[in-house]
Amino acid sequence: MGAEFVQFSLTPILIGIFAAVACALPGNFLILRRQALIGDAISHVVLPGIVVAFLITGVVTTGPMLLGAAGAALVAVVLIEVVRRVGKIEPGAAMGVVFTSMFAGGVLLLEQSDTSSVHLDVEHALMGNLEQLIWLRADGWGSLLDPVALAHLPEELPRMALIAAIIGLLTMIFWRPLKLASFDEGFARAMGLPVNLIGLGLVTAAAAAAVAAFDAVGSIIVIAMFICPPAAARLMTNRLGIQVAWSLLFAVLSAILGYVLAGYGPIWIGAASSVSAAGMVAAVSGAILGLTCLFGPARGRVGVAAGG
Amino acid sequence: MSDLHVVTSPATLDPASPLAVRGLTVSYGEKPALFSLDASFPAGAMSAIVGPNGAGKSTFLKAALGLIPRVSGEVTIFGHDVNRARDRIAYVPQRASVDWDFPTTAIDVVLMGLYGQIGLWRRISGAHRARARACLDRVGMADFADRQIGQLSGGQQQRVFLARALAQDADLFLLDEPFAGVDAATEAAIIEVLKSLKAEGRSVVAVHHDLSTVSAYFDHVLLVNLRRIAEGPIATAFTADTLSETYGGRLGALQIEGLALVGT
Repeated sequence: MGAEFVQFSLTPILIGIFAAVACALPGNFLILRRQALIGDAISHVVLPGIVVAFLITGVVTTGPMLLGAAGAALVAVVLIEVVRRVGKIEPGAAMGVVFTSMFAGGVLLLEQSDTSSVHLDVEHALMGNLEQLIWLRADGWGSLLDPVALAHLPEELPRMALIAAIIGLLTMIFWRPLKLASFDEGFARAMGLPVNLIGLGLVTAAAAAAVAAFDAVGSIIVIAMFICPPAAARLMTNRLGIQVAWSLLFAVLSAILGYVLAGYGPIWIGAASSVSAAGMVAAVSGAILGLTCLFGPARGRVGVAAGG
Repeated sequence: MSDLHVVTSPATLDPASPLAVRGLTVSYGEKPALFSLDASFPAGAMSAIVGPNGAGKSTFLKAALGLIPRVSGEVTIFGHDVNRARDRIAYVPQRASVDWDFPTTAIDVVLMGLYGQIGLWRRISGAHRARARACLDRVGMADFADRQIGQLSGGQQQRVFLARALAQDADLFLLDEPFAGVDAATEAAIIEVLKSLKAEGRSVVAVHHDLSTVSAYFDHVLLVNLRRIAEGPIATAFTADTLSETYGGRLGALQIEGLALVGT
């Protein structure tokens, strides 16, 4: 693994790892709170927001895109409330209607608008551009210590690393309230914990992870990483702390294995070209979930409760 | 709304009462769940909140604790606003209100009762663990400390919930249907613990659904069906008249006779 690896594989793998970790961390709590699809929902909703931000500013930069995504999330929350009240249907259905409609609207907007000059299209939205986040200025491992080369790192890398670090830090700081509010909301409220604020903070962290990762690695990885590593981790243990640790391991493993398999897997079996890294990362996380379903030590605990 | 009783509320809430409410009104959407309810539970006693399904018993507890918004009414805990008295309250929610599949152990759940004392970041010390273990022991669950909570029976889960409340070392225990769906051994264990709490001078208020045990377990009762039907010591408030008013036609005369109430 020499200069070529550092140039072409190191940064996409690292970005994939940080994106996977940033999504998997809040995913643990979202799954336990039965809000797993919020990650899915957010990653759909941000698309029209990002497109509108691009149409207004004409450039693909982080600031306006984050604003657009946040605005879209706000519109979605209001729309869900309207659909729920006017249509008198359950919240889950209202969410489903709003998120899919907004995503479809985003796709249409993308198609109709002139985005050919920039890497913003439907495929990018779905699969990101992980393979293109390369580090051309690097000429070997020594570049990691070279300030000039470091200045030319793909900007997605520090951004994704920062988001992952912030989410990791917040998870540690608010571990106890998060755990208590996720397990027993009524008790947490009775103790005086700001349960609504905790829930909002969790969804906000998930949204931040989704928006940042969406740009770099696409919504397929985002959706998969919110659900697959935490769900697989749940089947490995009956302790929350250990579950989170497993989920991080699975997320990192999916990012590395997925990228390597996508790049070299097809060549190993004789095919000419590589396949989508984003798709492969998501597929690997799904395969890990499948394996834990079959062999995880804490699987099948549902209904195990002794009678009487 | 002319058929409503004229409600005369007390001028002030008794500051000695562990839980006193005045004019408590709660509604879910446009449907009223509790209407202008007054109650004042005595300190150092075991009180039951009794009424038919949907009468607002759990709603009463939740509204008193501020878990759900109230339309109007005042609540005091030992004479204070509930937000200033949270460390004096231990709340045991309905067992069915949580997901027992959660990846945690019995002792972990009891330790949650100590979060208020431990705080956000301080390490959980050996003393904290010993305390949690003692609380589990008090409800007869010491041997199950490291079990995942989903592997416990309903009665065992309820006892873990009670142990968590014990860990809070509160002066007022509020329990929502503590005997729902538990085995006879658990019911006996729970009532023994509650009576020992009373002997220590603590106050217990429980939503209770089994009319046949009200007289045996409790000192004081609040009969509720959207509004207060009766409240007072068992001897005066838990009568054939008040029960038939609370339950309407849902309780047969024979059933009421079977309760062998005072004054029937």
